[in-house]
Amino acid sequence: MSATTVASMPPKKVNRIGLDVSVYRGGKSTLCAGCGHNAITERIIEAFYEMGVNPTQVIKMSGIGCSSKAPAYFLKPSHGFNAVHGRMPSVATGAVLANLQLLAIGVSGDGDTASIGIGQFVHLMRRNLPLIYIIEDNGCYGLTKGQFSATADLGSKQKTGAINELPPIDTCTLAIQLGATFVARSFSGDKKQLGGILKAAIAHRGTSMLDVISPCVTFNDHEGSTKSYNYMKQHDEPLHEIDFVPFFENIEVDYDPGETQDVQMHDGSHLRLRKLDHSYDATDPQKALQVIEESRQENEVLTGILYINPASKTLPDILRMVDEPLALLSQDRVRPGPAVLEEIMEELR
Amino acid sequence: MATVETIEDQSASGARKRTVNDMSIQVATVNGSGSQTANTILLRAIFQMGIPVSGKNIFPSNIAGLPTWYTVRANHSGYIARKKEIDYLVAMNPETAKEDVLNLTAGASVVYDEPLRLRDLRQDLVFYPVPFDKIVAPVCPDARLRRLVRNMIYVGALARLLNIDMEEAHRALNKQLGSKPKALTLNWNAIQAGFAYAEKNLPKDDGYSVERMNKTAGKILIDGNAAAAMGCMFAGVTVLSWYPITPSSSLAEALIDYLSRFRVDPETGKATYAVVQAEDELAALGMAVGAGWAGARSMTTTSGPGISLMSEFTGLAYYTEIPVVIFDIQRTGPSTGLPTRTMQGDILSTAYLSHGDTAHLLLFPNSVDECFELSQEAFNLAEEFQTPVFVMSDLDIGMNNWMADPFPYPDKPIRRGKVLNAADLERLQIFERYRDVDGDGVCYRTLPGTDHPLAAYFTRGSGHNEKAGYSERGEDYQNNMDRLKRKFETARKSLPAPVIEEDPGAEIGIIAFGSTHWAVIESRDQLRSEQNIPTAYLRLRAFPFNDDLAAFVKRMKRVYLVEQNRDGQMCDLVRGAVWRDCNKVRSIRYYTGFPIDARTITDEILSQELTH
Repeated sequence: MSATTVASMPPKKVNRIGLDVSVYRGGKSTLCAGCGHNAITERIIEAFYEMGVNPTQVIKMSGIGCSSKAPAYFLKPSHGFNAVHGRMPSVATGAVLANLQLLAIGVSGDGDTASIGIGQFVHLMRRNLPLIYIIEDNGCYGLTKGQFSATADLGSKQKTGAINELPPIDTCTLAIQLGATFVARSFSGDKKQLGGILKAAIAHRGTSMLDVISPCVTFNDHEGSTKSYNYMKQHDEPLHEIDFVPFFENIEVDYDPGETQDVQMHDGSHLRLRKLDHSYDATDPQKALQVIEESRQENEVLTGILYINPASKTLPDILRMVDEPLALLSQDRVRPGPAVLEEIMEELR
Repeated sequence: MATVETIEDQSASGARKRTVNDMSIQVATVNGSGSQTANTILLRAIFQMGIPVSGKNIFPSNIAGLPTWYTVRANHSGYIARKKEIDYLVAMNPETAKEDVLNLTAGASVVYDEPLRLRDLRQDLVFYPVPFDKIVAPVCPDARLRRLVRNMIYVGALARLLNIDMEEAHRALNKQLGSKPKALTLNWNAIQAGFAYAEKNLPKDDGYSVERMNKTAGKILIDGNAAAAMGCMFAGVTVLSWYPITPSSSLAEALIDYLSRFRVDPETGKATYAVVQAEDELAALGMAVGAGWAGARSMTTTSGPGISLMSEFTGLAYYTEIPVVIFDIQRTGPSTGLPTRTMQGDILSTAYLSHGDTAHLLLFPNSVDECFELSQEAFNLAEEFQTPVFVMSDLDIGMNNWMADPFPYPDKPIRRGKVLNAADLERLQIFERYRDVDGDGVCYRTLPGTDHPLAAYFTRGSGHNEKAGYSERGEDYQNNMDRLKRKFETARKSLPAPVIEEDPGAEIGIIAFGSTHWAVIESRDQLRSEQNIPTAYLRLRAFPFNDDLAAFVKRMKRVYLVEQNRDGQMCDLVRGAVWRDCNKVRSIRYYTGFPIDARTITDEILSQELTH
């Protein structure tokens, strides 16, 4: 790349595959100014850029809602698919199976996931499909003007003054119970934490489920809301500080195993979790479920990588599929010869 | 009393009239009693004697306990539709035996379980009592197996009464149970015991029999779902996502079986396909759509209730232009309906499935041959026209056994439609996903993963312009919808054309499709031989219809559209397509859940002709 740069221009900063960050951008956001989703979009752009992911080898999937518009705002060189409400998991499943060489990122919302899409969500978690699944969670239906969603906390106040009297669905708890292999919760305003989680998600083999609290500035950012910027600033309780060391950086940094949990990822990257609660073990699902519940009772929003299992079988492993994309198999690979037809005919005579 | 005597005399003499290779045998049993093996042996033995035959299973929505009927029709002329009259009843089910006997036409024969005491019910039938329990006990010492083995007794008794070759019965049994020598011996002993009992105790008192012919040599026996599954494998299907539903499950299961045998690399053990049993029909189609978008040859298979659930995704695939093949093995609706009975009931709802302006490509296989052939074509059409293609089979074709010539190996290459790769993009230097470059309404697409900066586009179910950009502009919307219509018109010319057969001098036309075909061809022969009425016949194979349909209606005086639903759904579509002549199109509808029979069509045509 640098060879073609005009000499008088300062050299452009590029990543390990020679692309500059602008390549990772998308169209102009049509979401509200200050929307948490826009901040998540920025973190996605940075993470994919810094990880040096080839954007033509990425697919961006989404359902319906404000959140689901986001894939149009990042990774322009990637194919994107804005599907139907709550059903992105199935579309992503088909697309991933059709081409295992692609990296899939899906963006959903709390309505899209926890209400209309809860059925597909739970089955996605069971299957461990290689997919980064992000819930941009604002506790309300933004695009239809602020109705409560199923992640709205008990007692949270709507802009109209209505109080939510139904218990919330905790998507992280649910995901862990269903066998998900990478479960994290973060806050759109925590640049460093979210960036680290996204990079680890890119490195993870299997489904990475990220519930990102992402305030809706128009309909759910007021006093009494538990998904507002103010509320999150006061109640965000990070579990650990996340250092992600990608496989291509191979930097040896000493760490104290008593304070830091080191998780080796499938691609050789290392996830270093500097524990704030020293007894926390991110590979223990029971512990994760327990502390999520304890935090909830104390009105804290526990964030970080709540659970990770880097060595689980994925759906393509279980299906024992060829590595080449099914989409690109030539006719001679997918149409058995005349002898096969004759063999079946003989059985039927 | 005198009257009764006369009837009996008439029936007896009528019954004793020799009828060779033309009869229908109905076996009435209890679901779950293992009668399927016995019935298959009966069917295969007659088939192996060279006599055209068909087997229809009229079964309940139940695993065990409810009544089930299996009809074997043997016919020297090759008629294999359901026959209205039953000639030979095997009454094994105490629950239905009385009603089954009362429904028979005079002169029929009844083989029945002796304790049911059916003989007193009618004077005009021939009765053959068989003490099944007494016969089975000595041949099957294990009392637990007797329930299953006792069905073989009627196979033996029928072999004796109808002159079915015992060698062929043995061959058929061997085909079913050859891998289980113990079961084979046990069942063969039961068949022989049934034969011996009949030989000794049941003097032949009716005129029905079979005799060896040569009309099935080289032919196969298969159900439509297995034939369709085979077609899918040879079409190169790579992704199957499905949700179990009768009567389509056996298509998916047959396909899984074929794929696991013939599409796994023997060296690496790796599959060149992916199969996912989805959580529901919404997800089943969602996965197939995602796979089709990413370039797989993808499919799902379902029935009416699943079609209803797939409405939303079908609209998405139509509007975003994604190839996907959907099998609808139709059953009796609405709602849960009669889940194990047949219907051609999803025609209208599927043709225009989903909200907004949508219209889909439908194929109507009439036979196991066409299940094989049209399922291959469905994948080609889906990829060529980048749209959902529905293969509209039904329970009668899908789950019943049909004979056919061996299927031909596909001699033409797979057609994958307009797909641009990285080299194409480098050469063209421009790519607009929804631009009608060729003027046929069919645009070029790229597959995700194409490593070129121009390759990507954004697929969305919301309004979009030629560049696949989000658009709410009225002009963009209308242009796109008009192009989709143009694409539909292009497809119209590429779909399988109707098949037309015409008697010389025919003024009356018949239109039918799918499984109705078999009753129609028999009915045409009845009209010709019994009433001297020549007919012309157009068999639809696809929607939208091509110009052959309007031309056919135009040159006929009257046209009868025969279909298996209440509302004349295809008739509505046809009348719309031939609107200038729509008053020529009359409707014949049959909707009991049983496959339509020829006599019903013949009687209805004659009655409507009289009122003309």
